[in-house]
Amino acid sequence: MDFLRPASWEEALAAKAAHPTAVPIAGGTDVMVEINFDHRRPEYLLDLNRIGDLYEWEVGEDSVRLGASVPYTRIMENLRAELPGLALASHTVASPQIRNRGGVGGNLGTASPAGDAHPALLASGAEVEVESAERGTRLIPIDEFYKGVKRNALQPDELIRAVHVKKADGPQQFSKVGTRNAMVIAVCAFGLALHPETRTVRTGIGSAAPTPVRAKAAEEFLNAALEEGGFWDNGKIITPSVAKQFADLCSAACNPIDDVRGTASYRRHAVGVMARRTLTWTWESYRGARRTTEGAA
Amino acid sequence: MPANGAPTKITQGSKTKGGIGESTLRPDGTLKVTGEFAYSSDMWHEDMLWGQILRSTVAHAEIVSIDTSEALAMPGVYAVMTYDDLPTDVKNYGLEIQDTPVLAHGKVRHHGEPVAIVAADHPETARRAAAKIKVEYRELPVITDEASALAPDAILIHENRDDHHIGHVPHPNIVHRQPIIRGNADEAAKKADVVVKGEYTFGMQDQAFLGPESGLAVPDEDGGVHLYIATQWLHSDLRQIAPVLGLPESKVRMTLSGVGGAFGGREDLSMQIHACLLALRTGKPVKIVYNRFESFFGHVHRHPAKLFYEHGATKDGKLTHVKCRIVLDGGAYASASPAVVGNASSLSIGPYVVDDVDIEAIALYTNNPPCGAMRGFGAVQACFAYEAQMDKVARQLGMDPVRFRQLNAMEQGTIMPTGQPVDSPAPVAELLRRVKAMPMPPERQWESSEGADVRQLPGGLSNTTHGEGVVRGVGYAVGIKNVGFSEGFDDYSTAKVRMEVINGEPVATVHTAMAEVGQGGVTVHAQIARTELGVAQVTIHPADTQVGSAGSTSASRQTYVTGGAVKNSCELVREKVLEIGRRKFGSYHPAWATAELLLEGGKVVTDGGEVLADLVDVLDGESVEVEAEWRHRPTEAFDLRTGQGNGHVQYSFAAHRAVVEVDTELGLVKVIELACAQDVGKALNPLSVIGQIQGGTTQGLGVAVMEEIVVDPKTAKVKNPSFTDYLIPTILDTPTIPVDVLELADDHAPYGLRGIGEAPTLSSTPAVLAAIRNATGLELNRTPVRPEHLTGTA
Repeated sequence: MDFLRPASWEEALAAKAAHPTAVPIAGGTDVMVEINFDHRRPEYLLDLNRIGDLYEWEVGEDSVRLGASVPYTRIMENLRAELPGLALASHTVASPQIRNRGGVGGNLGTASPAGDAHPALLASGAEVEVESAERGTRLIPIDEFYKGVKRNALQPDELIRAVHVKKADGPQQFSKVGTRNAMVIAVCAFGLALHPETRTVRTGIGSAAPTPVRAKAAEEFLNAALEEGGFWDNGKIITPSVAKQFADLCSAACNPIDDVRGTASYRRHAVGVMARRTLTWTWESYRGARRTTEGAA
Repeated sequence: MPANGAPTKITQGSKTKGGIGESTLRPDGTLKVTGEFAYSSDMWHEDMLWGQILRSTVAHAEIVSIDTSEALAMPGVYAVMTYDDLPTDVKNYGLEIQDTPVLAHGKVRHHGEPVAIVAADHPETARRAAAKIKVEYRELPVITDEASALAPDAILIHENRDDHHIGHVPHPNIVHRQPIIRGNADEAAKKADVVVKGEYTFGMQDQAFLGPESGLAVPDEDGGVHLYIATQWLHSDLRQIAPVLGLPESKVRMTLSGVGGAFGGREDLSMQIHACLLALRTGKPVKIVYNRFESFFGHVHRHPAKLFYEHGATKDGKLTHVKCRIVLDGGAYASASPAVVGNASSLSIGPYVVDDVDIEAIALYTNNPPCGAMRGFGAVQACFAYEAQMDKVARQLGMDPVRFRQLNAMEQGTIMPTGQPVDSPAPVAELLRRVKAMPMPPERQWESSEGADVRQLPGGLSNTTHGEGVVRGVGYAVGIKNVGFSEGFDDYSTAKVRMEVINGEPVATVHTAMAEVGQGGVTVHAQIARTELGVAQVTIHPADTQVGSAGSTSASRQTYVTGGAVKNSCELVREKVLEIGRRKFGSYHPAWATAELLLEGGKVVTDGGEVLADLVDVLDGESVEVEAEWRHRPTEAFDLRTGQGNGHVQYSFAAHRAVVEVDTELGLVKVIELACAQDVGKALNPLSVIGQIQGGTTQGLGVAVMEEIVVDPKTAKVKNPSFTDYLIPTILDTPTIPVDVLELADDHAPYGLRGIGEAPTLSSTPAVLAAIRNATGLELNRTPVRPEHLTGTA
């Protein structure tokens, strides 16, 4: 195994072009486990740790450009206002040590359905900035990024440079079920974001289908129900029947499997419960009727 | 001088600082928390090679062929060995039954069984070479439960058994069977106003010690080998290793190296023989370290079990009878299964008075992973079931579950189902009273001015509830565990104690073969020596086989038995020191001849406190050394048909109250508090006692709500051999554990102490289950409970 250590982004792109099978490594959360367990013996490891640019973020007008290697800890500490859903998701990633090293670029690169960042990215709306030496930069909408179990839309010569996440224009929430109260891989997860500017709701479901998915039918149902009842303007409490139907449609958006972490039936059920609860929490925040219901920790 | 087995009554006071009863700090504590402690996996030797084991990828198969040629041809590879390369006729090992092949012979019986071993100059080379060994398997149907093990056409896991259990088991796929019949359960059942039946399932728990199996074997010039190893019992290892190597035990030298936890999982051999074989074959030191994945295959687990119970009671709350049948899955090899069966059966009704019982426990041979010793050893599975039954009976009677238990609680003088009288304090009702009397943790602790503190809620940081669906539940349980090795086993320990003057100071050196696995034995040995010999300085010699056996660090026995041996040897040393004193100084003071003399604060003093001499002067130019074995009271085997016999040494009792909060919609559990009351006889080191109780409690919590090795019933393959999917409690899962320690002396034991390490592991699990049942109203007949069991989505 050759270890490539580019000193700059350009060198990294050149290395990836020269060795398309090279596996990029930043925090190593996923890659090192795969290597240690001997699930994968890449010919080349492409170490991105010398590229300082990847650790930086920029808060723009509409979105945050988040470098691929910005550690989860930084997101929790510095971007809670702009990216509340992703900040909550970041707090559920593994242990403090791993949150100090791992970043969203790795989650996207691995594209595991269990990656904690995905539901938050899907719910808030995001574009993945990828680049190759030959064809330059392109932005992949998050909805088109996940292609299959641990497969993404990257070409072999491309690297993930950053992700552009829409700044929150309303309350966001993230919930994850694991069978332990910390440091646990998701049995299933759910992200929800209210977008008052466009009067829409977006969702993201993790670990309950071959890829992270949005519950589009649920979103459409809820968008219509909120519009119809004038909820965005009158700020009324969402009726239990609407919340229940939204939850049922979120469950229906799942296509889960039975595995050692949980049953398919449980995942469907739990996604519904999380959908109902996160809708309640975000909507209560939106109404401003009560104190913040965002979890404090 | 005390005779072996008799309690020693000539305990000195503990006036010397750092003696028994004080919470002296452990010598390894700081090193461990700062990461400086040298574990067995940290060892290094010049020119050393790395060993690697090739394990079976299937659970049950005939081996058609093994081709090692490609592996042997790899540069850097020094040796590849299979069954055919074993040097002597002894090719199996085992704790009691030698049924475990050092390397598979013609057949593999479980997933992950060692098939070949490799030594190479780099661990990665060794790993790759092992991967190049070609093994052709012809797969056989797998036996995974009682039905498939005892089916008329079942393949025998072990053909031609000649062990001493084969004569009394009903089927060769049963390792051992122990019935216990006392009174007449059928007759007594007629007096019952309520009869409650239940069927329970206990999942496979792993010891999950933090330091994976590892050791270093160094060839000696005399053709022998020196093994540096993390184990629980050096001499038991030695007895199994030497014959396979074809060496006399004197040529296999063993030294304990840093052990990162054990919990029973190091009672069986792992890589010991493999490292020695490779070292002797190559003439070079060989180190083997398992990674976590391999560790899950490299040691036995806690027996999963099916338990069938019937309890009867009169309407005024007295138990009439208990019938039970406990089926333990021993997996492919016997390991400690026979002894686990003995414990499960003899402790199967719990700490209660029941005169009429009909009990049967068996352990199966299957193709599942081998199971053996783990903290609680057969008593854990039974406690989970009988405590669930006690709650059910109480509910049927409309009685408070604690009151019902207290009405039936055993006490000193109670006769066990085995006919053995309980002849030391058994404060079962009192322990229950104490946990019940502890203040309850406040409700809704998650509420704060800034919103819900998710750390205080089920789901924790995963942010699944801010209070929705959360229901509190409270549950109680109590358990009984035996201390020490039972059923007639010669369970002795040896201690060598030396006293001399070094740099003008009297110093005691304690040398035993006791495996310090984290339990704090080395701390306690020093305390005993200070107490008995009145010196400040005590050196604990590294544990090795240059001294006699100290028995196993298991069965809650080390403080009792090796502690007893240290005490005994110290007393013998003290007598010799006083003899020297009398010889040297006797003529100067009549008290040398007439008074009871003590060693205290580095001096010889009379029991009246008069100083007769400095130890430095007594020992000037002389040293005193004693190596002696020490035994507790002997035990008897259980009768094979009736289970009668004085089989146990001592009993240990703990009670728990669990307070849980359950997210009833998502099926997530937060244990809020696990209060424990335990009788420890005498707390030699109170801080260590609390640590043991809290640790055991947490391990019991683990198997209540998360810990389980999942084996595919179709293939008998392990599905979650990693800490990603085998979950153990984190600090956020670990509740407050208030501990109430009771010290009622057992007059048969050194200092009146009681073995403590296991009892809290028993009652913790059923208390948590009871609390979850209380919160949800669900039956919950299996452990661990997973979210799907609480939400109807299993």
